[in-house]
Amino acid sequence: MKEKLEQIREEALRQIREAGALEGLNEVRVGFLGKKGKLTAVLKSMKEVAPEDRPRVGQLVNEAREQIEKALEDARTKMEQKLREARLKAEVIDVTLPGKKNRRGHRHPNTIAMEEVERIFIGMGYEVVEGPEVEKDYYNFEAMNIPADHPARDEQDTFYVNGDILLRTQTSPVQARVMEKGRLPIRMIAPGRVFRSDEVDATHSPSFHQIEGLVVDKNITFADLKGTLAEFAKELFGEDTRVKFRPHHFPFTEPSAEVDVSCFKCKGAGCRFCKGSGWIEILGCGMVHPHVFEMCGIDPKEYTGFAFGIGLERISLLKYEIDDMRLLYENDIRFLNQF
Amino acid sequence: MNTTLSWIRAYVPELSCTDQEYCDAMTLSGTKVEGYERTDKNLQDIVIGQILKIEKHPDADKLIVCQVDTGRETIQIVTGAPNVKEGDKVPVVLDGGKVAGSAHADGPLPEDGIVIRAGKLRGVSSAGMMCSIEELGSSREMYPEAPENGIYIFPEEAPVGADAIEALGLRDTVFEYEITSNRVDCYSVLGIAREAAATFRKPFCPPAVEIRDEQGSVSDYISVEVQDKELCTRYIGRVCTDIKIAPSPKWMQRRLAANGIRPINNLVDITNYVMEEYGQPMHAYDLDTIAGRQIIVRRAKDGDVFTTLDGQERTLDSDVLMICDAEKEIGIAGIMGGENSMITDAVKTVLFEAATFNGANIRKSAKRIGLRTEASGKFEKGLEPQNAEAAINRACHLIEELGCGRVVGGMAQDGAAPVALREIPFEPDRINRFLGTEIPAEEMLAIFKRLELVYQEEKNSLLIPAFRQDLEGFADIAEEVARFYGYDRIPTTLPSGEATTGKLPFKLRVEEKARDIAEHWGFSQGMCYSFESPKVFDRLQIAADSPLRDTVTISNPLGEDFSIMRTISLHGILTSLAVNYNRRNKDVRLYELGNIYLPHSLPVTELPDERMQFTLGMYGEGDFYTLKGVIEDYLGAIGMDKRAVYDPDVQKPFLHPGRQALIQYEGVVVGYLGELHPQTADAYDIGTRVYVAVLDMPEIVKFATFERKYTGIARYPAVTRDISMVVPREVLAGQIEAMIVQRGGKLLENCHLFDLYEGEQIREGFKSMAYSITFRAQDRTLEDNDVTAVMKKILNGLEAMGIELRQ
Repeated sequence: MKEKLEQIREEALRQIREAGALEGLNEVRVGFLGKKGKLTAVLKSMKEVAPEDRPRVGQLVNEAREQIEKALEDARTKMEQKLREARLKAEVIDVTLPGKKNRRGHRHPNTIAMEEVERIFIGMGYEVVEGPEVEKDYYNFEAMNIPADHPARDEQDTFYVNGDILLRTQTSPVQARVMEKGRLPIRMIAPGRVFRSDEVDATHSPSFHQIEGLVVDKNITFADLKGTLAEFAKELFGEDTRVKFRPHHFPFTEPSAEVDVSCFKCKGAGCRFCKGSGWIEILGCGMVHPHVFEMCGIDPKEYTGFAFGIGLERISLLKYEIDDMRLLYENDIRFLNQF
Repeated sequence: MNTTLSWIRAYVPELSCTDQEYCDAMTLSGTKVEGYERTDKNLQDIVIGQILKIEKHPDADKLIVCQVDTGRETIQIVTGAPNVKEGDKVPVVLDGGKVAGSAHADGPLPEDGIVIRAGKLRGVSSAGMMCSIEELGSSREMYPEAPENGIYIFPEEAPVGADAIEALGLRDTVFEYEITSNRVDCYSVLGIAREAAATFRKPFCPPAVEIRDEQGSVSDYISVEVQDKELCTRYIGRVCTDIKIAPSPKWMQRRLAANGIRPINNLVDITNYVMEEYGQPMHAYDLDTIAGRQIIVRRAKDGDVFTTLDGQERTLDSDVLMICDAEKEIGIAGIMGGENSMITDAVKTVLFEAATFNGANIRKSAKRIGLRTEASGKFEKGLEPQNAEAAINRACHLIEELGCGRVVGGMAQDGAAPVALREIPFEPDRINRFLGTEIPAEEMLAIFKRLELVYQEEKNSLLIPAFRQDLEGFADIAEEVARFYGYDRIPTTLPSGEATTGKLPFKLRVEEKARDIAEHWGFSQGMCYSFESPKVFDRLQIAADSPLRDTVTISNPLGEDFSIMRTISLHGILTSLAVNYNRRNKDVRLYELGNIYLPHSLPVTELPDERMQFTLGMYGEGDFYTLKGVIEDYLGAIGMDKRAVYDPDVQKPFLHPGRQALIQYEGVVVGYLGELHPQTADAYDIGTRVYVAVLDMPEIVKFATFERKYTGIARYPAVTRDISMVVPREVLAGQIEAMIVQRGGKLLENCHLFDLYEGEQIREGFKSMAYSITFRAQDRTLEDNDVTAVMKKILNGLEAMGIELRQ
C-alpha cells in the first residue's frame, strides 16, 4: 500500500513537472485528486485495509495529497507569472508617441493679468466692485476734483454722449460711487474698461482697461500706500522687485505719485522693455484729495485714504512682450492660443 | 518744457552736479525730467583755427588748400567751401575728431556722429576739416550769423586754439521736463530753477530787475481799459521809445536757440526770452499803429474777420477776447497779434503787453479758431497776475540793458482787484500722521523756506506766494514736505485698523465660471470694442423698426465705425471669426464677455442698462449640438439644474430659420443659440457654417447658484425601459421629453435619447427615435407593476402625439 501511494505520488509530481500549460495542471488535478482520481481511488479502497492500519494509511494518503496539492499550486503560480511576464512583454508601447490632446481654450492675456491683480488684492482684504462704463460727467470728472474748465479734461480726450453723460475715461469714478454710499472702512479694487479718443495704433487703443484701488479708513498714511503697492509689486513681479515712488500730480489725490518697478525683464540692468533705465512705470497713486472726500460726504479731518490706478494693458503687454496693442482686439486664435 | 543746464545755473550759481544726478534728483522732487541731450553730442576735438594762407588746389578747380593755425601748430586743410578768406577764424576738427552731421545731408543726425581723419583730397593731404554750422549739429535758424553753404566764421576777437564748441555755447545739456498741469509756475526757466535750488539746497538768485533811467510817463502814451474783467484779470502795458532794431546778444540767442526758439532781433528776442524765463507770454505792438492811444480789451462780435500777423484771415465769435485800439481790433488776446499792429524794422516806439487771461477761454478760443500758439499754450494753463508785472518789468529792463531803447516810466493797467495771498495753517503733527513719518517741524520749515512759503510764527501759518496757485490746503502742504523730505525716505507700512474680507462679487464669480467652461470646451477669449458702426444692424439684417437700433450714440466718435454703443454683442465675435477665417485658421472657437448698452429712452437722459453678454461663436469642427452642449454644461456648472427649454420659434433674422433656439429657464428668456444665416455669413465673408450663442448674464445671474446639497446615493436599484418609436418628423424631442417628464412623475429618474435615425428604412415624413427611461424609488425596490403602470401612461402619451412604437 505504501509503495502504491509512493508510486502515485511520484507519478503525479512527474506529470506536474511535465505539464506545459494551466490546462495540463488541471488534468493532473482531476487525474489524481478528482472524484475518479488515482489518489481518491486509494481512499475509496480504505475499507480493504485492516482496521488497525487505517489511521497510518490514512495519514500517508493525506500526506501524498498535500504534497501533490502544493506542487500543483507552486506550478500554477509559476506558470501564471510566466504568462504575465509574456503578456507584459507583448504590451510594450512607444511612449514617445504624442499624448492625446483635449483642445482647451485660452484666456485673454488681459484677463490673465486682471485675475492675477484681483487675486493679490483679494488676498489683502479688498473687495472687487464694478461701476458703469457709460458714466455721468459728475462721477468721471466733477467728483474727481476735475471741474468743467480743468486742463486735465483736455488730457483725457473724452467720448461724450451728451453734456452730462460720457464714456468713462478712467475707473476712478467708481471711487466716488463707493465712497458716497458711506460704508466705511473701504478696501476695494475696481477693474474695468475705459475709453479715450485715441486713434488705433500699435501703442494706442480707444478702449483699454484700468484697475482702480481705494482704501479709506481712520489713520491711513502715505507710508501705508507705499507699503501696499510695494507688496503688490512683489506679488505680481517677484520677490526681488524694487519700487520707486516719484512725485506727480493727479487732480483727485494729494500728495500723488507715479510708481516705477525695477524692470522685471532685466532686473534693473537696463533692456529694451525699460528703455535702458532699469525701471518701468506701472501705476499712478496718491492720498485721496480732501475735496474728493468732501464731495462724497466723508470728513477729511476724520478719515484719510489712498487710491491707485493701474493700466492693465501696460502690465499685460509688458509681461507677455506683446508689441502691438491691436493684437488684443483682433482675436486671432494664433495669438490667443499663446496664453 | 525744455531748459539748458547753463540757463538754470544762471539762477542757481552754486549748482554742481552731473547731468544724470540733475535728472534723478529733479525727478524725485517732482519736476520730472523726461530726458536730456548734450548739445555737444558727437562734437570732439574741434578748436578755433585761423586761416593763414589760401592757395588753389593744383588738380581741382573747386577746391582750395588752406594753411590753418590751430593754436598748437599749423596744419593744411583742403576744402571746397567758397566763403573763407585769409585771416578768418573758423571751427577746425582735428584728425580723429568728430562732427555731428554732414553739410549736405538732410534728415536726422547720425547716431554716432562722423569721425574726421587726415587724408588726401585729389592728391593733396588734408589734416582736418573746417566746419559749417550744420556739421556742428545746428542750423542757420539758430545761428543766424552763419553763412549759407559755408564754413562758420567766428568774430575777429575769438582766441585761436580755444575750444570752438565752448565758444559756440554748445557745452551744455538740454533737459526736457514733463510739467504737471498744476505747476503753472514751472513752465518757466525761473520756476524750474527755483525747484532746482530747493532740490539741491542751494541759493536761488533770480535776475535783479532794475530800470535805471525811466523817461516820461506812460499815461502820455497809452491808456488801458479792460471791458471784460472775467476773461482778462489783468492787462499791463509799458512803453519803450527810441527803439533800435538789431541782433540780440549771442548769450540771449544761444539760450533761445537751445530752447528751440529762433533768434530774430533784439525786440522779438526779448519778448521770447522773457516768455521762457518767466512763463509769461509778451506781445509788442508798434505804438504808432495804435489809434487813439488807447487799448480796449473786449469780446469780438460774431462773424468778425481779423487778419493775424501770419497773414491769415480768422473768423471770430463773441466768446473770443480781442485787444483793440480806439478804432479797430489789433490782436486776438492771448493767441496772436494782428497784422495791422505788427512790429517792423522801422518801429520807433513799442507798447509791451503782459496780461492775464482766462485759461479755459483761451483754450476754447484757440481750438475754435484753429490756432494754437506758444502763447496760447501758456495762457491756457491759467497764469498768475503778479507774474505779468514782474515779466513786463524784466522786458523793459532788458530793453535798457541791451541798448535797444529807452523805457518810459510807469505801467498802464486795468483788471480785476488783486486777490489776497492765501494762508494755510502749519500742522506738523497732522502732516506726520498723514504721511506716516516723524519729520521734525524745523525740517519742514526749512523746506518751506526754500520754496518761499513764508512761515508766520504768530499765526502759526504759511503765507503762500502768488506763483504757487496750486497750494490750496493741508494736503498740498503735506506734499511739499513729502517731496523734499524724499518719497523714498518715507517708511513702508501696511494699513492697520479693522480687517476686511476680500471678495469677488457673485456676478463676477458667475462670469469666471463662464470663462472656465468655455475654455474647457476649446473656446478662447476674445475682446471686442464696445462701440461699433450703425451699419452693423443692416449687416445683421435687423429690422428697421427694431428697438436694437435705439442706441447710445457718441457725439464725438473717432468715426462712424465707432459711433454707437453696441446693443447686440454678435458683431464683435463675428468680425473676429471672420478675421480668423480670412487668415485660414481652422476650427476656431471664440467667446467674449462684454457689455451691451441699452438706453432706457431716447434721447439719452440717464445711464443706459449695461448688460453683460456671454457670447460664443465657432466654425469648423462641431455643430449646433456641440454649442448646445457647452451651454448645458455651463448652466449645470452654475447650479441651473432644471430643464431649460429650447424654443425653436426665435425668428432672429441673422440665424438659420430652422436652426435656432431661444433658451428659456423657468419661463425666462436667458439667451439664444443657432447657426448663422448663410446670408449673414456672406455679409462677414465667412464661407462655412458658423454657430453662435448669446447668454444674457443679468438673467443668468438671477438663477445661478453655487450652493450644493448632498441628496444621498440611491440605495435601491433602478429599472430601465428602452422604447423605440417612429415619430412624425415635426414632433420635437423636447416635446416628447416634456411629456415623459410630466407623466413619469416622481418615479422617473431620467430619460435620454440614445438613437435617432431618419432615412431609407423609415417612411417619408417620419423619424426613428429611441429613448432609455430610468425609474427609481428612494424608499424601496421598484416592482414590475410599479413601472408598468407609469410606462402605460407614457405610452398613451406617445400615442396621443401620433407616435408608434416599433416592435
